[in-house]
Amino acid sequence: MFRENMEADVTFDSDDAGRFDPDTDDAYSSTEEMAVVESPPKIISRGVDVFYGDTQALFGVDIDIRPNEVTALIGPSGCGKSTFLRCLNRMNDIIDGCSVRGSITLDGRDIYAKSVDTVHLRARVGMVFQKPNPFPKSVYDNVAYGPKIHGLATDKDDLDAIVHSSLERAGLLDEVKDRLHEPGTGLSGGQQQRLCIARAIAVEPEVILMDEPCSALDPIATSKIEDLIDEMRNNYTIVIVTHNMQQAARVSQRTAFFHLGKMIEYGHTDTIFTNPNEVRTRDYITGRFG
Amino acid sequence: MTELSTNTPKPRDVSAIVTAGLAKRYAAERRFRAFGIAAIAIAVAFVALLFSSIIGNGYTVFVQTHMRLDVELSADAIDPKGTRDATVLARGDYAGLVKGALRERFADVKKRRDKRKLHGLASQGASYDLRNMVLADPNLIGQRISVWLPVSDDADMLIKGHIPRHTGEGSRRISDKEIAWLDALAEAGDLETQFNVRFFTSGDSREPELAGIWGAVVGSALTLLVTIALAFPSGVATAVYLEEFAPRNRWTDLIEVNINNLAAVPSIVFGLLGLAVFLNFFGMPRSAPVVGGFVLAIMTLPTIIIAGRVALTSVPPSVREAAYGLGASPVQAVFHHVLPLAMPGMLTGAIIGMARALGETAPLLMIGMVAFIVDIPGSFTDPSTVLPVQVYLWADSPERAFMEKTSAAIMVLLAFLIVMNGAAVYLRKKFEVRW
Repeated sequence: MFRENMEADVTFDSDDAGRFDPDTDDAYSSTEEMAVVESPPKIISRGVDVFYGDTQALFGVDIDIRPNEVTALIGPSGCGKSTFLRCLNRMNDIIDGCSVRGSITLDGRDIYAKSVDTVHLRARVGMVFQKPNPFPKSVYDNVAYGPKIHGLATDKDDLDAIVHSSLERAGLLDEVKDRLHEPGTGLSGGQQQRLCIARAIAVEPEVILMDEPCSALDPIATSKIEDLIDEMRNNYTIVIVTHNMQQAARVSQRTAFFHLGKMIEYGHTDTIFTNPNEVRTRDYITGRFG
Repeated sequence: MTELSTNTPKPRDVSAIVTAGLAKRYAAERRFRAFGIAAIAIAVAFVALLFSSIIGNGYTVFVQTHMRLDVELSADAIDPKGTRDATVLARGDYAGLVKGALRERFADVKKRRDKRKLHGLASQGASYDLRNMVLADPNLIGQRISVWLPVSDDADMLIKGHIPRHTGEGSRRISDKEIAWLDALAEAGDLETQFNVRFFTSGDSREPELAGIWGAVVGSALTLLVTIALAFPSGVATAVYLEEFAPRNRWTDLIEVNINNLAAVPSIVFGLLGLAVFLNFFGMPRSAPVVGGFVLAIMTLPTIIIAGRVALTSVPPSVREAAYGLGASPVQAVFHHVLPLAMPGMLTGAIIGMARALGETAPLLMIGMVAFIVDIPGSFTDPSTVLPVQVYLWADSPERAFMEKTSAAIMVLLAFLIVMNGAAVYLRKKFEVRW
């Protein structure tokens, strides 16, 4: 059933894209398949333990996150999926008393090594949060902030181009092009979240982490973001935490199921949803607990 | 059967119970509201009483009684040698000219004692006014001019009605004869009240009719400028460091406790610190706004730090996360996003601190700012006084006219405070970000 659901979505998408240029669409899907087969994992996590003070929140998590795929992390509240997500761009560093053990590598390099700078890491691994959190500034300034602090734009025109293309890729440009200089906080919830996505991709990251990006949004805004995630997969590696299992089934290629701080099962999304190995995964997915 | 009836609860008429209690609940609510209204009414009544007393006593200060005299600006008294040199002109016997004009006006006054009283009708300021006129235009020398000159404080008080006319001569500071002369002047139309420019432009004086508030206003402004320039940046920086960057350990806890305690230290202690450190150790000038500003800045710092930290904690963490998520460094996250959002709260704290600093006299006592200073301070190191000290000094003076000045000085102090708070509200509105 979930599989069907997903296929329906995908078909709809390719139809949509097909109106523009069917050839590119084909080209995309073929390279993508090759990428999945050939390229090594983008992020490899081995034996990741996370402690908040004396409380252990994660126990030995091993995951390989592949490039140009959407990886969904699912599980009941408090299972550690958000904690794991925040390990991937070291957002946990901000929290007092949080310590991370084990190894996480990005393109083969340990992101917790002493030589790694968190500013540099977070420019490569962008993040979109649960609640849309645009800065209380104009739409333009929201998107321009990242490129500005990293010095990605050489001049004003360059910055304008980055802002426009980021908003366009986030599917927001048509809606906000007349109000670029009005506050970003004045947009609707769904628009704010897409603004946050535009803000994240303006820095041209390689990986985008999304922490329940649709939990504060209505179904229409959610479906727009899901379409966007599916498109973005061509250019970015995406890791998404979600409470909504249909969403995981719709947008992701691989799914990891977390429970009580442990990663229970990780595999292709259709396998997890149709034929999981673990009883707990099946129980959670069929709604027996959680 | 009996078992069953004991186990199941007896059906109760919930609606009746609730209704019975309702009246009591509403009565409590009405009582609470009545207390609140009564408290506000009493507070408003006291404020009204305070203001009517201050304004009632002080509003007459805005005008000053002047008399018209025909003065012969004889060259003999001012510039006998005809040099027209400014220093010579400034030394002329203008007081003698005023006295001569008065004697000429009341030619029937012959007795020595009466003459002295007659001379006393004019303020000392009359001769200063004449001097200034001559200095501005030396061609007046040798002419006979008709000028409005200020009267003495006692005459002024009588005209303004602060000294009763009909009590016995012995119980007032002004004699029947003086009253008669003043009445004669008034009848001839040569006595009138004019707007009191001198009060707003001059410094303190022993003569009440010459005393002005401007010296204290400038002193307060200079002192507060030093205070805000010193306390605000360092207070904000301390709050940002403690809240955003400092590690949480025993040392920062100790610092925090000390800052909180410092906010409750009696202000005179800061004055002692100023005396010991700034005056005795660093040898800074006594009675100077710069030292006063230093002392008041130290006194204000804890208030600004505490308010600043509260303002920083109230900034939603999502803003910090958003900034960090984009790869902003901690300093960028704080200065680009957190601090602008905390600014309104910080300004509020700063203004509370500044309002307290404006009204403070005790710490200034120790560094010599409670002093009789006539000159208007021209820089941060000139001796000066401040508004609350001026209020205190005038309230302490025996002359009736100083009572009027005291109330007026309080009004100026309040106006200063209102302007300052108004500016703060404006700034806060300007910095406030709408979500």
